[in-house]
Formats: sequence, C-alpha cells, structure tokens
Amino acid sequence: MTTGTTTGTTVVSMAAALNRALADALEADERVLVFGEDVGALGGVFRVTDGLAARFGERRVFDTPLAESGIVGTAIGMAMNGLRPVVEMQFDAFAYPAFEQITSHLAKLRNRTRGRVEVPVVIRVPYGGGIGGVEHHCDSSEAYYTHTPGLRVVTPGTPDDAYRLLRDAIDSPDPVVFLEPKRRYWTKGPLHGGPAAAFDRAVVRRHGRDVTLIAYGPMVATALETAEAAREEGWDVEVVDLRSLSPFDDETVCASVRRTGRAVVVHEASGFGGYGAEVVARVTERCFHHLHAPVLRVTGFDIPYPPPKLEKHHLPGVDRVLDAIDRLQWDDRVVVRGA
Amino acid sequence: MARLRAPERERTLLPSEEPLSLLRKDGSPVEDSPLEMPDDDVLVRLHRHMVIGRRFDTQATALTKQGRLAVYPSSRGQEACQVGAVLALREQDWLFPTYRDSVALVTRGVDPAGALTLLRGDWHLGYDPHEHRVGPQCTPLATNTPHAVGFAHAARLKGEDTAALVMLGDGATSEGDTHEALNFAGVWRTPVVFLVQNNGYAISVPLSKQTAAPSLAHKGIGYGVPSVLVDGNDAAAVYAVVREALRADGPTLVEAITYRIEAHTNADDATRYRDADEVAAWLDRDPVDRLEAHLVSRGLLDAAGKRALAEEAEAFAARVREQLNADVETDPAELFAHVYAEPTTHLREQAAQLARELA
Ligand SMILES: Cc1ncc(C[n+]2csc(CCOP(=O)(O)OP(=O)(O)O)c2C)c(N)n1
Ligand SMILES: [Mg+2]
Repeated sequence: MTTGTTTGTTVVSMAAALNRALADALEADERVLVFGEDVGALGGVFRVTDGLAARFGERRVFDTPLAESGIVGTAIGMAMNGLRPVVEMQFDAFAYPAFEQITSHLAKLRNRTRGRVEVPVVIRVPYGGGIGGVEHHCDSSEAYYTHTPGLRVVTPGTPDDAYRLLRDAIDSPDPVVFLEPKRRYWTKGPLHGGPAAAFDRAVVRRHGRDVTLIAYGPMVATALETAEAAREEGWDVEVVDLRSLSPFDDETVCASVRRTGRAVVVHEASGFGGYGAEVVARVTERCFHHLHAPVLRVTGFDIPYPPPKLEKHHLPGVDRVLDAIDRLQWDDRVVVRGA
Repeated sequence: MARLRAPERERTLLPSEEPLSLLRKDGSPVEDSPLEMPDDDVLVRLHRHMVIGRRFDTQATALTKQGRLAVYPSSRGQEACQVGAVLALREQDWLFPTYRDSVALVTRGVDPAGALTLLRGDWHLGYDPHEHRVGPQCTPLATNTPHAVGFAHAARLKGEDTAALVMLGDGATSEGDTHEALNFAGVWRTPVVFLVQNNGYAISVPLSKQTAAPSLAHKGIGYGVPSVLVDGNDAAAVYAVVREALRADGPTLVEAITYRIEAHTNADDATRYRDADEVAAWLDRDPVDRLEAHLVSRGLLDAAGKRALAEEAEAFAARVREQLNADVETDPAELFAHVYAEPTTHLREQAAQLARELA
C-alpha cells in the first residue's frame, strides 16, 4: 500500500491537497514523474505543482514542449517502459488535441495486448467553470472520457478526497483521467490523508430521508448548500458524491435512492447526451419500484460555455436545484403509490 | 552521425541531395559511399530475411483470397527497409511498427501467427510486446511516434542504453503527431530513429499532394533533428544508416525512398491511381534481386545456397498456412477481461449477460 503518506488532520485548499498528493507520490515511488505545460518553475497555472520541480529535480518534474498529444503520447511510451507519468493538461478544452492518444491508445492498450502492456498514466485536467474564465477555459468534458471503456474517470469534491483519490489514481494500474474542479481549488477543508478507503466508490456526504442529490466535483458543494436550504422548506436531503464517474458505483447510489425514493442529478456540463443521462438511466433501471417521481437532472444549458458575465445563468445553483426538488411530484405521492 | 554527413550538412541538419546507397541497382558497390558496408555475414542475413519476408508477404496476400485474413497491407518492394532496419536493432532496442510492417515483425522474431492476429480480425495483438521488444502494430497514423519517444526517454531516465525505432509512411508525416514527436525528441535529445518508408503513396494520394518540402527528410531541420535520405531499396544502406542512427546520442529522421509494389491492401485497386509503367520501373529496382546479385558476384551465394534458402522460405510459408488455416478458439468472455486490470462490476454483469445468451 501507499507509503510516504501525509497523516494528521490539517485544513488546506484543494490545490494544496493535490500538491501534497503529488509530492507524497513522488517521494514514495521513484517511477512517478510529473510533466506538462508550465508545471516546472511556475508550478502550474493553478500552482498545483508548486515547488515540486525544485524539490524533486528536473528529471522527475519538468516542462514539456507545448503539445498535448505529444504529452500524452510520450507518457504512454514512458508507461510502457515501466514509469508512472502524471501529466497536466492546462485546461479542460486544451486536452482535446490529446483526444486520439487518450481514446485510441491509452484506453485500449491493455485490452489489445491482452493485459501484457499496462499504461498507468494519470491525466490531470482542471475542469469546469465558475472562475470567470474566458472561452475554452471552462468546459466540463467528463462525458467524452466516461464514454470510453478502459479509462477510469475520477473527480474529487473535497480537499481530502483530492488528496486520497489522486494518490489512488497514481497507484492504479489503469489509466485515469483525473478531473479537478477548478472553482474549488481554493476552497479549504480538512485533510486527513492516509490511504483512500475506496477509489471507485461513491460516498454519502450528508444523510437525509426525502430525496437524494447525486453530484460530483464542483457540484458537491452546491448540493450540500442546497440540502441546507431545503431544510427550511421541510425537505430532508441526502447528498451522494460520486467521486468515480467511471466505473460507476451503482450500489451506493441505488441504496440511497431506494431509501429516499426521489433523486436529482446535478452537473455543470450540458445535459443533452451528458453524464447525467447515464445516471438517470441506471437509477431508473435499478430502482424503478422505489421511485415516487421521475429522476430529474439539473445541468448546464445545451449551449457553448457562456462568457464570464453570463456564466451565473448557466451554472446550476441552489435555486435551480431546489426547483427541481420541488418538481418531484410530492403531491401525487398517494396517487402514484395507489395506481 | 559524422560519417553520414559532411560538416556543412551536420551544421545545417540537411540530408544529402541524393539518397545514400551502398549498392547500385545491379548489385555492384557504390564507390565513395559515406556509408559503411556491413560485414559479409550481415549481408547474407539481410538477404536471407528478405527472401523469407517476401515469401511470407505473398503467402499472407494469398490467405486474404482464401478468407483466412480479413485484410493484408503488403510490403512487397519494401523489404530492404523492413529487414535492413530491424536487423540494425540491438537486442535491447524497441521497434514501434505500423500495420504495413508485418515483415519487420517476423524478421524481429515475432511468430507469424502473432504478427497476423489483428489482420486476421481478432481483437488483440497476438504477441507479447515485451518478448521481442516490439510495440503494438499501430493503425492510427503517426500515433506510434510519441510512444517511441516516451519509451526511449524513459529508458534514458532509468539509465538504460535502449533506443527506439519507429516506422511510419510518407502520408503519416503530414499528421500532427509526427511533428510533435520529432519536436519532443529534438528537445529531449532522445535516442529515437524515425524511419519514414516513402513508398510514394498514402493509399491513392501521391507524395506531391502530401508536402511541398524538398524531401521528407528535410522535415527534421525545423526540430533540430538530423536527417538522412537513403535508398530504401538498398538493404545494406538502410542497415548502415539505421545502425549508426540507433547508436547516436539523439534522434535521427531517416527517409527511405522505396515503392509499394502491391496495392495499399488486398481491398484496394491501385490501377485507379497509378500506371503499370511506374510499377514496372520499380520492379526493375527490386531490393531482393539487388542484394542477391551482389552476394553472387562476391561469391557469398551460389545456386545451392539459393535453393536451400528457397526451401527454407517455402517451409516458413507452409508454417504460416498451417497456423492460419487452423481455426482459433476465441472466448467471448475474454472480451471483458482486459479492459481494466480487474473487471469492474459493470463488466462482470455484461460478461454474465453474454454468457447467458450463449448458454
Ligand atoms: C489517423 C488516421 N487517418 C486515416 C487513416 C486511414 N489510412 C490508413 S493507411 C492510410 C495511408 C497511409 O499512408 P502512408 O503513411 O504513406 O503509409 P503506407 O500505407 O503507404 O505504408 C490511411 C489514410 C488512419 N489509419 N489513421
Ligand atoms: Mg506511403
């Protein structure tokens, strides 16, 4: 299991937790490398790799030429030769040049070599909006990756998960797309450290009886806020944080929905053909007889990500989630049950 | 790479005006070649593998007609590249081939059935890359180039003396990954040889529509990568160039001028885009005949030797036929086994569903 682990609870930002995870992984395993654009002297545009080049040296933490396909492609070659590259894509939309390497090679190499070649590459991608970013800096691109068999897709909602999930991602024999909710980089929370409990398990963040909010990444905080606000309206809301988008933890999610009988999936990405559609389908297929209402989605609109001045209208917020909860056919309860 | 380029060329990174060669079309040696003629035993091995490789190639094409292979991209005419480059590899070096390079694979020692597994229509590679240090055959054009660079860079980080040889076609030099990989290799000074087999066409598209560069080798200049232009139908020259490049302290771009005698694959109709005259002219520059003429003139090969080699090649082809005529047992359950290190719950459910359907 993981050594060089940070222990003892402190309060840190998510960016600092990620930085610590990288440092501990570099310390624990000399096969680990960190590279990408501006990750060296600058420490990354979000400072997630701050100080790592100075501490671990240029051979292990380094800036590459500016070419995302080249970054992922060379990482694949390095992983084939026994190293464990952790690469940074500077922003969500700037990972697209690497799409072919990710989908045609990274995701498939284990399978097409019948397990003889492993490519334990971690691709860190700051994603999502809410930071006043201009175009191409705010995409929620999770569905592109979750639709690709062979990839693990993980996203933390808290600093503690950021640390533990990233350590697990680096230890994983499978390739991992590690999506970092950039608007939560500076949000602080306790960091317990220690090895992760379960890399591919969802977690119930808040217990409640009436309705399950299913969220991940940047929307976990929004869901928790909504749960507080909903209390005033008389609803007791449970919040499930998915953490692992692929594979999907049916067990934890469905157990919650069976308890509450109602569910709303919340994500920033556009709804059409989005990740939430998969969640709704899975929950409906598995929990149909426990449901008192259709499972609803609260998502970004089906538009290109809007400019800073308008993004507040696009991003799901507490009010929009409360509205969705309100639409869960509370009045029909008896009728539906009796029908 | 001092021997391959005059000091001026070294400074400008330019390839030679004319492709470097060691043997003329008729097999006679080129005087004043800057290349080092391989030892006699190497020349004999080059010839032997080319003869076997060609027989393998015609056998594979024949097997497509019998429905035993789903598709086969022939490398007939390109044997000097496939064999010359592979024999230049040291034991520890890695080869990163494409779909075109089955002859290179069998020359490296990959079992013919393994080299043809994907082309047979199976879902997996058919060989263990680590066994012969041969990366997966790569179909998305040029995407194997950064793999080779990363692999060799990792070797260097680990303190290992391993170089990588990546193969690509003339068309693939237009893909972005080629340029990104050359650039990374240039910056990192990675020991990688990019071997471009310029066979004149990317399926139907001739080189003139692919690039305005004076040669494909010129493309190295912009990345600080020294380049060599070589006669790709001269196995001795390809061997000499690749051998030296693999031992260099950094990357090299090698453009080998050759020709694809067959259509792009058995499914292609080459008469739609090229003349019979053009093919005939290249048949006249056959790489196997060229080395054979040289060996015969040097007394390194005689009629008995030729006969023995032909028999060896026949036996090889017979083995290929036998292997490919045997029906393979495929287990549909294995489709779920290697997607992740451990099958996920989700995949176990789907595997069970398929098993029920098949029960
Ligand atoms: C990214 C990508 N685009 C298109 C294709 C389809 N395709 C397969 S082979 C080929 C021609 C390649 O020509 P070249 O690089 O010269 O290699 P050759 O086949 O001549 O050996 C094309 C277009 C592909 N395999 N990958
Ligand atoms: Mg070609």
